[in-house]
Amino acid sequence: MNPISASLFLRRLFRRRLVLFAFVVLALIILLAILAPLVAPYSPTGMRVINRLKPPSTLHWFGTDEFGRDVLSRIIHGGRASLGIGMAVVVTSMLAGTTLGLVAGYFRSLDALIMRGVDAMMSLPDILLAIFLVAVLGASAGNVVLALAIVYTPRVVRVVRGSTLVVRELPFVEAARTLGVSTWQILTRHILLNVASPILVQATFIFAYAILAEAGLSFLGAGVPPETPTWGTMIASGQQFADRAIWVVLFPGLAIVLSALSLQLLGDGLRDMLDPKLRKAL
Amino acid sequence: MSGIHPAHVLAIRGLDVRFRTEAGEVTPVRGVDLDVFAGRVTALVGESGSGKSVTSLAVIGLLPRPSGGVAAGSVAYTGKSGVTVDLARTPASAMRAYRGSEIAMIFQEPMTSLNPVLSVGEQIAEQVRLHMRLDAAAAWRRAEDMLGLVEIPDARRRAHDYPHQMSGGMRQRVMIALAMSCNPRLLIADEPTTALDVTIQAQILALIDQLRKTHGMGVLFITHNLGVVAEVADTVSVMYAGEMVERTDVRTLFRAPRHPYSQALIDCLPARAARAADGRRLIRAIPGSVATAFAAPGCRFAPRCAFRDDACEAALPDLREIGEGHVSRCRRWEALA
Amino acid sequence: MTPPLVSVHNLCKRFGQPPALVHAVEDVSFEVRRGEVLGLVGESGSGKSTIGRLILRALDPSEGDIAFDGLPIARISQRQMRPLRRRMQMVFQDPYASLNPRLRVRDIIGEALDAHGLAPGKARRARLATLLETVGLEAAHADRFPHEFSGGQRQRIGIARALAVEPDLIIADEPVSALDVSVQAQVLNLLQDLRRRFGLSMLFISHDLDVVELMCDRIIVLYLGRVMEIGPAEQVCRSPRHPYTQALLAASPRPDPDAPRVRRLLTGDIPSPLSPPSGCVFRTRCPLATEACARQIPPMIAAGHDHAFACIHADAVPPSALPEATGDDIR
Repeated sequence: MNPISASLFLRRLFRRRLVLFAFVVLALIILLAILAPLVAPYSPTGMRVINRLKPPSTLHWFGTDEFGRDVLSRIIHGGRASLGIGMAVVVTSMLAGTTLGLVAGYFRSLDALIMRGVDAMMSLPDILLAIFLVAVLGASAGNVVLALAIVYTPRVVRVVRGSTLVVRELPFVEAARTLGVSTWQILTRHILLNVASPILVQATFIFAYAILAEAGLSFLGAGVPPETPTWGTMIASGQQFADRAIWVVLFPGLAIVLSALSLQLLGDGLRDMLDPKLRKAL
Repeated sequence: MSGIHPAHVLAIRGLDVRFRTEAGEVTPVRGVDLDVFAGRVTALVGESGSGKSVTSLAVIGLLPRPSGGVAAGSVAYTGKSGVTVDLARTPASAMRAYRGSEIAMIFQEPMTSLNPVLSVGEQIAEQVRLHMRLDAAAAWRRAEDMLGLVEIPDARRRAHDYPHQMSGGMRQRVMIALAMSCNPRLLIADEPTTALDVTIQAQILALIDQLRKTHGMGVLFITHNLGVVAEVADTVSVMYAGEMVERTDVRTLFRAPRHPYSQALIDCLPARAARAADGRRLIRAIPGSVATAFAAPGCRFAPRCAFRDDACEAALPDLREIGEGHVSRCRRWEALA
Repeated sequence: MTPPLVSVHNLCKRFGQPPALVHAVEDVSFEVRRGEVLGLVGESGSGKSTIGRLILRALDPSEGDIAFDGLPIARISQRQMRPLRRRMQMVFQDPYASLNPRLRVRDIIGEALDAHGLAPGKARRARLATLLETVGLEAAHADRFPHEFSGGQRQRIGIARALAVEPDLIIADEPVSALDVSVQAQVLNLLQDLRRRFGLSMLFISHDLDVVELMCDRIIVLYLGRVMEIGPAEQVCRSPRHPYTQALLAASPRPDPDAPRVRRLLTGDIPSPLSPPSGCVFRTRCPLATEACARQIPPMIAAGHDHAFACIHADAVPPSALPEATGDDIR
């Protein structure tokens, strides 16, 4: 609970090698995506039909796809969309979920209303709900973000509400109330600040889920339009060649697995760090 | 220390406990001398951070591994068989056999030491089966008897209750029944009444007192409450910042303490406050707070001590015998008289 | 004549719904006089903390009246209550949990000032420094986080926060029971100093009779939400009239190994406030209980100036001859 210096925080977090490894992998993937135009060896859309479905070589490390496009370059550029969508989902669902969770946890009268809605949404399978929402909204990157944000918001609401229920009963919140501090201040300075840790942990998990879900949606044709390179659309369009040219789907698949796994490991590490009960056991 | 004293159960000499932490090695307990005699109560008194609980964990072999361990000194325990062993050098596997059967422990919060999914009778019966090799029926009868012994009303029925169905006082009685179930020779009680209401505390203290008389066990009673010390203890060891500073009988401690910290601690009690001319009842509080930096070589209490001189801060004073069974770590103990 | 600072009449607080109705406070009446320290003492379930929170309107009373400086406050809205919050402040038991771990000391105390528009802008720094020095800390401590302080220092921060708005009344809920003996002594001395310096009235809630006797002018002894005895501190502690007060005193450990240990131990547990006994709530553990005790709730009986107790066996209860509790005769 105590604020500690950033360097001590990181030293403790990275004491576990696996967490450090996950962090490095993730940082590398994100860096590649950001610097895509500078680091990608080829254009992600440059077609050379003569080059189609070439296996990995020194020229094309990850081979080429059915239009002769360089798979490595497409993965690097595709990361921009995949990670971007994931990040946008995280930001949107965190904003909505934190607000609703704080309100549900602090104002007893609104709790039942919000939580029944959350329960109803969580009773539907994530991916089905997302497909339905995209079908209604129309397939575009923005709508995929919106759909996935709606799908993951209830998880955030639950976590934030649960923590809020605990923190609102702590004496320092009572102290603030008896001081005459306004409700807004109590919610932001006292409760939000002290539920930030579980929100942060949840954010890393939702980032991972969102990357997976975006790929799933694209694979099912209910996501980003196929002409936009994302890891999901790459697998979707490459699947029919998988028997002849496994690299077309293998490498984007690896990118998804690697980033999702790294995020989950990092989330686990953060959770263990921030949960005082688990921290003692370390 | 012969003839007139009852048999030694525990004799700790020069105990140092060391922990490895992120910040390096620390020694939260230095130079503890402590005796527990059969049928007598030794109180170990100190404020938070004094090392009193760590000392008790060292006795019962429950220091966190592998970071903690006994770095020096001996913990001589004389068991039921009359053989004396040094618990500080007893391997963990052998310690397990002592715990429960020879040495039992009760804690401040019984709820965390009891298993919430077993009835209290089952927990005692399990312990009895483990250490006394009784069959299930005999073990259950023993559990009922033990609950009766600790004066739980309607013990045979309450044996089927789960810990959460009981009040704090009742749970502490169950803990004591559990501890007593294998006739330990040494009972370590770590703040056993701190979480209880005053009227319930009085009951539990009376119960412990009665049990040590009837069963002849030695009790090591760890507490921060000097009122409780005066009630229960025969001898007292006072700890400050990890050091034992004084060891004597309870009457001498309250009448003629010979360490400035012991004296100051007694003066801190609200009941000792004097009325000032303006009507306030000010307490002679100890200035400052316990030093957390363990760098200074001298007496840890020196920075707060009214009797200190330069030599106090130069080197850690030794424990010195200043009277029959009276030990003080103060160089200037004579100045207190 | 000016009204007492706080007056409480027939105050009741019940939690929950039948059959799980908790009788936390039942028919409690008293006054906090101007400049006095009034002690509320009792064991768990006595309702002492609940009474403090009712006066602060951190809880809403079920029945009864509360007046603060003559103003009825039992049923006013939280909005109407806000300006009064400046005049009554609370000091909490747990010095760790009562300070937001994520805020610096200057923000913790500053929040109290902000809430009432006090010491804005440039005046803030000086005001913070004065407050911290008043409670025995340093101005430089304002930039630190709570976890950088010891328990006693944190309690001083909590006291500075309460003092920041210059209240008339401080409700201190077990302010020293989480502290070590030597730190407790420092904080008790500080509270006495502040009381003199600022002319504070105080409602001092504690389970520790020694501390209450030291700090308070008058004491109310509570049991299961009801008043057992009320009177001047010295009288209640030296010649208690109610059998519960006597038992409480007898059960309190005396820091004197030679104190007589003739002790009437109360048997049994404190009954659940879910189903308090009929009539006198203490009768199930009372050595003097008779059938009559079950039939009626005993009225308060006067026992001299300012001193009253609730027991129908008034004549059977002699003022017990307890040993003097001061330290002077021990040394």
